[in-house]
Amino acid sequence: MSDFIANTEKDTKEMLEAIGAKTLEDLFSDIREHQKPKSFELVSGKSEFEVIDHIKKLAAKNATNLVCFLGAGYYDHLIPSVVDHLSSRSEFTTAYTPYQPECSQGTLQAIFEYQSSICRLTGLEIANASLYDGGTALYEAMMMARRITGRNRVLVDSAVSPIYRTIIYSYTKNLDIEFLEIPVVHGQTDRNSLRKNLNDQVACVILQNPNFFGAIDDHADIVEDIHRVKALAIESVYPLSLGLLKTPGEMGIDIATGEGQSLGLPLSFGGPYLGFMATKREFARKMPGRIVGQTTDAANRTGYVLTLQAREQHIRREKATSNICSNEALCALRALIYLTALGKNGLLEVARLNYEKAEFAKSLLSKIKGVTVKQSSPTFNEFTVLLPKDPAHVIARMIEKGFAAGFSLERYYKDMKNYMLIAVTEKRTKEEIVRYAESLESALWS
Amino acid sequence: MELIFNKSVSGRRCTQFPANDVPVLKEIPKKYLRKSPCNLPEVSEMDVVRHFTNLSKLNFSVDSNFYPLGSCTMKYNPKFTEDVARLEGFTKLHPLLPQLRLGGILAQGALEVLYEMDRILSEITGMDAFTLQPAAGAHGELAGVMLIAAYHRSLNQKRKYILVPDSAHGTNPASAAIVGYEIINIASNKNGTMDIEALKAHLNQDVAAIMMTCPNTLGLFESDIDTIAKLAHAQGALMYYDGANLNAILGKCRPGDLGFDVIHLNLHKTFATPHGGGGPGSGPVGVKKELIEFLPISRIEKRDDGTLYLDYKKPQSIGYISSFYGNFLVILKAYAYILLLGKEGLIRTSEHAVLNANYVLAKLKDIYEPAVEKTCMHECVFSASRQILKNVHALDIAKYLIDCGIHPPTIYFPLIVKEALMIEPTETESKETLDHFIHCMREANRLTQENPEVLKKAPQTMPISRLDETKAARDMNCASL
Repeated sequence: MSDFIANTEKDTKEMLEAIGAKTLEDLFSDIREHQKPKSFELVSGKSEFEVIDHIKKLAAKNATNLVCFLGAGYYDHLIPSVVDHLSSRSEFTTAYTPYQPECSQGTLQAIFEYQSSICRLTGLEIANASLYDGGTALYEAMMMARRITGRNRVLVDSAVSPIYRTIIYSYTKNLDIEFLEIPVVHGQTDRNSLRKNLNDQVACVILQNPNFFGAIDDHADIVEDIHRVKALAIESVYPLSLGLLKTPGEMGIDIATGEGQSLGLPLSFGGPYLGFMATKREFARKMPGRIVGQTTDAANRTGYVLTLQAREQHIRREKATSNICSNEALCALRALIYLTALGKNGLLEVARLNYEKAEFAKSLLSKIKGVTVKQSSPTFNEFTVLLPKDPAHVIARMIEKGFAAGFSLERYYKDMKNYMLIAVTEKRTKEEIVRYAESLESALWS
Repeated sequence: MELIFNKSVSGRRCTQFPANDVPVLKEIPKKYLRKSPCNLPEVSEMDVVRHFTNLSKLNFSVDSNFYPLGSCTMKYNPKFTEDVARLEGFTKLHPLLPQLRLGGILAQGALEVLYEMDRILSEITGMDAFTLQPAAGAHGELAGVMLIAAYHRSLNQKRKYILVPDSAHGTNPASAAIVGYEIINIASNKNGTMDIEALKAHLNQDVAAIMMTCPNTLGLFESDIDTIAKLAHAQGALMYYDGANLNAILGKCRPGDLGFDVIHLNLHKTFATPHGGGGPGSGPVGVKKELIEFLPISRIEKRDDGTLYLDYKKPQSIGYISSFYGNFLVILKAYAYILLLGKEGLIRTSEHAVLNANYVLAKLKDIYEPAVEKTCMHECVFSASRQILKNVHALDIAKYLIDCGIHPPTIYFPLIVKEALMIEPTETESKETLDHFIHCMREANRLTQENPEVLKKAPQTMPISRLDETKAARDMNCASL
């Protein structure tokens, strides 16, 4: 058994002598007899070979051979090899939060470059070093808008991920915030309903693009309305889609957030993922999370430090902009390496592939008897179909045929019986898409 | 180093995607498109590899340097855990798979990891159940305080305050405030532990909970903890345990036995998962049975036939803390670590963490003022109060250690110690490493007396010296646009 402890018996004896204690137990004399564990029934240790063997067996119980058309905000994308190799360097993985800048310039410059990439992606001016995931990032944005406006009413587009909305509602149960959900018409935000509910009580409006149904929108007109009542516009975005789509910055959005999983993070059964946030410069001091800034040393050499720390919990305690401390730094590094490896043309290329493959899938699926592909708004790489049968059953049959077929929308939208969400990424080949369409037809009709 | 953006050359490529094998059917209407392509760098694969390899070399890390950063438990991160976290059986698993009809059966291995960790962590800490959803310690605190709020709400009680000792991590008051509580700080006594009289003065039926770290941030075990718990419970308040320092007490005592009702752990501290330069972490929250019904959904339950499934039907639940089941790969690494160490290994971990900290304390207390003159747990806290007489600050000592190839201890925390130096060696460091550190700390003191300029100018051996932090905050140059 190994426990990674270097002290030998001889070392231990010498150290105890230096301390003036007889036994290791003496060092725990502050723990009184009645405070000792009532139980500590754990199995004995094993070698790494046995542990790996055990965990490999667990891994084998998971089905990973399904061809993935399941998305709903979390996507099966290609990841270049360099992402894993470089982000696994232990100089990155085994460092802590870069509190001491002189010996943490690697992490600090990488975060600065990550922040820069997120700004370039979203068309905004300042980004933080990362948040936990897309859902909590959106919650933080909403809290930030409350701080900036001093208002307590929040309008939420009902096409924002129901997972994110559930997170926001869960986190705020003990607070005095009034939420109102804006309905969706023809797959896009209902402008009329939104305008009717916009007034000077509203702190922010929360939007998503592409929305949960995969539909693309241009929110510029909505943003104008929002700004007219001095509220803030928040948009959750799918970062990969920004290789093609109009940026939050171009629409005038005040705070953009999103799930960074699509930027080089494997699906990993839900985490670790990456929440990102970018905003306008004027709101920087209200932003949650770590921020890295560029500066110089006495010899005028450029370096990077954690900055605007007066917002943070370790300085401001209960008055901090957020309680966040550890974030998802290594995932942010992966996102940076991914974006760097793709570069300007690679990002455009992958975004196009996603769009084109999804359009091809739509064209095949719309030919299947009883299947309606919703075409009311353009989509990016995910779209909604209306099936003639309960999607839950269809999905179960498709599993037998080797596909993770999609997501039944009724799970979160009670009135969307028989609607299914289908994602097609750049990873899906023509052959897989054709086979998927054939299998779906046979799952429905034979 | 030059920014990656400045290395961009138009037309250069790294990643190439497969050529499109489907017909192009439609274009997205122009009004939905960005005006120009995202201005990411155009570099070759070699450029990418050199850039990030050279950046990594600018870091101190556990794998390259002694890293006694107090309160952060920078122990060795075993490599085999990285291998298990790369298994495709986990990395390729879509989190929504078990939420599909008949999908649960497709993720039994992953669900078993989570189910087992719930059970193991409960036994280690003496709690009744865990949620693994929180992504970090502070996220766990937030979840924990939400659970406390839900508990009091279920009793139709509106309690306003959460009590926090003045030695607490900043995340404690910040987490409680975000949930909507007002914070009352409780002073520490001269022994560095909670002042019971000060506590009694603020403890009443408006108090929702007391948040405590044990051992506390001075590295001291709160021997009166059961008295404090009794006082809290008598007023209907709950006891919250910040598990940042659990590495000191594995197998020696359990928060659950001491009267704590809600606790969070930091798997990236106690259970050896790498910190990643500031995450991802994992901050599971454990509760006593009275609070189980409030835990976030989903819960993983076992059927009679032994299969596992996700249960979302928990009407009293606080809801979602994260999108899915937590930072799964981090949890998996911690699971592998715990299986490897086993019962005896975990006990030895705490024993040697405490031994190493006390050894450092014993060897330095003649020249550095200990925050409290007594046996410590897994970390020791000094004040540079003697050095400051020569105008040498904790910061200067920290920067000098960088020149010795040692990552500095935590400085200026806990806030109740003037010029604090908080040293947590962890159990994985050898006596030779500690002796070298002790030597460097003694050198720092000798230089303080004889040639303080060396400390004031430190570090001198790094690519940059001390940076102008005021300028950074003023200029707010936080992105290359």
